[in-house]
Amino acid sequence: MSTPSPALLRLPSGRMEERFPDKKPLYDTSEAVAEANRCLYCVDAPCIKACPTAIDIPTFIRKISTGNVRGAARTILTANLLGESCGQVCPVEVLCAGACVYNEWDREPIKIGRLQHYAVHEALAHKRDLFEAKPETGRRVALIGAGPASIAAAGWLALEGHRAVIFERKSIPGGLNTLGIAPYKMKGNAALDEIGWVLSLAKGRIELRTGVVVVAGPATATAGEVSAEALLAEYDAVFLGLGLGADSRLGVPGEDGPGVVGATAFIERLKADPTMKLDGVRRAIVVGGGNTALDAVHELALLGVETSMVYRRRRAEMPGYEHELDAARVDGARLVEDRVPIAVVRDGAQPQGRLLGLCVAPATDGKASGQEENLPADLIVVAIGQSRATGVALAFPGVALDAKGRIVVDRATQRTGNPKVYSGGDCVNGGKEVVNAVAEARAAVQAMSAAFAMGGK
Amino acid sequence: MADLSIDFCGVRSPNPFWLASAPPTNTGDQIMRAFDAGWGGAVWKTLGNPIVNVSSRFGGVDYGNTRLMGLNNIELITDRPLDVNLREIREVKRRYPRHTVIASLMVETKEEWREIIHKAEDAGADMLELNFGCPHGMCERGMGSAVGNEPKVLEEIARWAVELARTPVIVKLTPNIGDITEPGEAVFRSGAHAISLINTIKSIVGVDLESMVPLPRVGGASTNGGYCGPAVKPIALHLLSQLARHPQISRLPISGIGGISNWRDAAEFIALGSTSVQVCTAVMHHGYRIVEDMIEGLGDYLDDHGMKSVSELRGRAVPQYQEWGDLDLSYKVVAEISPEKCIGCQLCYVACMDGAHQCIHLPGRTEEQARAAGHTHMPSHVPDRAVTARAGVPGARVPFVDNDECIGCNLCALVCPVAGCIEMKELPGARAPETWNDRVQKGTDFVPGGLDATRMAREGRAR
Repeated sequence: MSTPSPALLRLPSGRMEERFPDKKPLYDTSEAVAEANRCLYCVDAPCIKACPTAIDIPTFIRKISTGNVRGAARTILTANLLGESCGQVCPVEVLCAGACVYNEWDREPIKIGRLQHYAVHEALAHKRDLFEAKPETGRRVALIGAGPASIAAAGWLALEGHRAVIFERKSIPGGLNTLGIAPYKMKGNAALDEIGWVLSLAKGRIELRTGVVVVAGPATATAGEVSAEALLAEYDAVFLGLGLGADSRLGVPGEDGPGVVGATAFIERLKADPTMKLDGVRRAIVVGGGNTALDAVHELALLGVETSMVYRRRRAEMPGYEHELDAARVDGARLVEDRVPIAVVRDGAQPQGRLLGLCVAPATDGKASGQEENLPADLIVVAIGQSRATGVALAFPGVALDAKGRIVVDRATQRTGNPKVYSGGDCVNGGKEVVNAVAEARAAVQAMSAAFAMGGK
Repeated sequence: MADLSIDFCGVRSPNPFWLASAPPTNTGDQIMRAFDAGWGGAVWKTLGNPIVNVSSRFGGVDYGNTRLMGLNNIELITDRPLDVNLREIREVKRRYPRHTVIASLMVETKEEWREIIHKAEDAGADMLELNFGCPHGMCERGMGSAVGNEPKVLEEIARWAVELARTPVIVKLTPNIGDITEPGEAVFRSGAHAISLINTIKSIVGVDLESMVPLPRVGGASTNGGYCGPAVKPIALHLLSQLARHPQISRLPISGIGGISNWRDAAEFIALGSTSVQVCTAVMHHGYRIVEDMIEGLGDYLDDHGMKSVSELRGRAVPQYQEWGDLDLSYKVVAEISPEKCIGCQLCYVACMDGAHQCIHLPGRTEEQARAAGHTHMPSHVPDRAVTARAGVPGARVPFVDNDECIGCNLCALVCPVAGCIEMKELPGARAPETWNDRVQKGTDFVPGGLDATRMAREGRAR
């Protein structure tokens, strides 16, 4: 219920994710310095502009080259408190590294993500005190959800002198950063280590309460609930870092029953549940075209499962990153374009019958038309999006949602319609990268601190 | 964090990082931007009678993919009117009273020195730096290194300056001299308060092989310039330490200059006796912004080593700079190649074969193959290298060292592209420490295999 000690921020061993080797292993010092010395130390650098948190990338890389690793980590973490995980999970190909001037010259861009991972990891391994916290202000902020947005916000709030209490529904903090990252990019324990460091900032100013649900009405007497009303009354501000809800469903016959799982639920078990097994799964189908679908496809392919990705449009229209699709295909995944699911095929009529496969129809512009066919599968992973966690958001008076169910905020301050309530991360942006959540958390903390300084709430 | 502020001749500076007198300190606007970036002080581009410059002015030395390992210039002192520079010095000091502004000066006659010293001090300069170092152009007119090369002339002009000045006088020395302690002692005798060194080294940076004109080219000709940048750092460190261990000269504060590009370079200069350091080329290459890393890196280094201020670092390495004859002949290191880190380039092997003592071997060879490749000694121990080195390179490419033959020269470790892959391991002292000077004392300084004439002379001496 209260802040777990860093030693308890640990996933049990025997998890399936441990089988995945890192695609981009941590650099050692000689590798990092060699790569850092390639950096041109550009002025007004395009990589900085491509970073949602605007890390001063050339400066931190120069600091690596001079052996000033702690300084490099300070430069990174000042802009992005979750710089260590972002160094591993950011799609650098479409962000900083994609903007590197070396691309213009047909040379390999600087491996910015790997240098960032190295700098923060190396600095924190030797000395965890990198920042001096400001004096206590007496202000308190409640943060709902312990995903990257709330974790980053809590860390910055503590450094700014405020107290932060994080309320998390699950027993494990970190949200998708702990439970949703493709394991060849980052393991859950690495995310938990980073959370442990953030919680240690400004000793004692951050409290993490796990297993707590925020409810709209009055809280029941049980310890696992807290009401929105109480939070608004007790705290100077509230930050909603709710993330997204459960995996969306296909809405086709036969979906309910064994062998069909939502993508984030599937990946979460892969990462955190040592009892998960894929015995008897020889062929799998992943439905969807986004990055979560690509992660699921790639993970299954790496586990030796014959995996096809079924997407209702063409490759060029896919919202998932091209480089991720290419990497998944190199590792054996297949892409089936222009197909929509019609039904889940089961053995016999009974709804709980053994899964046989997925019935799909050719699609034109995403709509079914033409001859249906059955694709055999022992597992179907549904990655067509997630529902919105609207209930908690709407429990706070003044908080409004847009037509897509996203919390409406002022972009400069991340403030909702309720002047005491701020929000950031997937529940605001609809589902982007960790780095976007961190950028929004920083804007919210700056706005909260400014509001506190002006005496407002 | 450790206190980075320094006291230089009684003048306090926020940190030891100063800009050297050069293009980055040409104007007040530049210097104020530099102070905003974090520089603690600046030595103004040398004042004197304005000159006329040529175009072009700079030449660079690249090494492999590294640009500007060295930089050469044929630019002269300031080409701006004295009044303009003085007005800007006043403005900079008004707006940045805590930062250190030093006027670099270069004129000829005593009357000129009197006028320029008074004007620079009236404008608010905290200190004066006498430019006796510039080795191009100005020296042809009897100034700059022409003065620094003549200890007597140097001493006389420095005496004038000390007599005329109210502020501390720093003498900037040229490295273009056989023994730096000669001008150093002249500074000490003159009563001047401090030394800065090195100024640039006389150089010709290259030749355009099409036009047959040396570089940098000015129309159909060129001239020698002053060389600076990372390439000159070892020369500067040596001259600095020569002064820092001199019994008299070492009493003067020294501002170290020469190829300083980052906090580590600066820490090395300070460890060898500098009170402040001056930077030029690295700023010309990357801008004032490099000072952030210098401040942070030096501060963290001092913290890590339990030093509360930069003055605790000053001169710490000086006692360990000794004469060759006092080095321990019994000390021995041998190279050790890490099979885990080796990437299999075998540069260490070729360096040892052709440039050292043929004691690095390739695995998997028969004795016959090794002899055919040029080895004259066979190792007594051949390691089992079934391991696989990194990046999928088979272990068969990882060389190994014959410890009995290795003389511990470092060459393999120096050519290895992977930092930390080849380490020089200290062997436990098999013999008691002994220096060459010990041997001279004991009369055991004739090594068998030398000249008959020398041997006979020694034997005669022994009788």
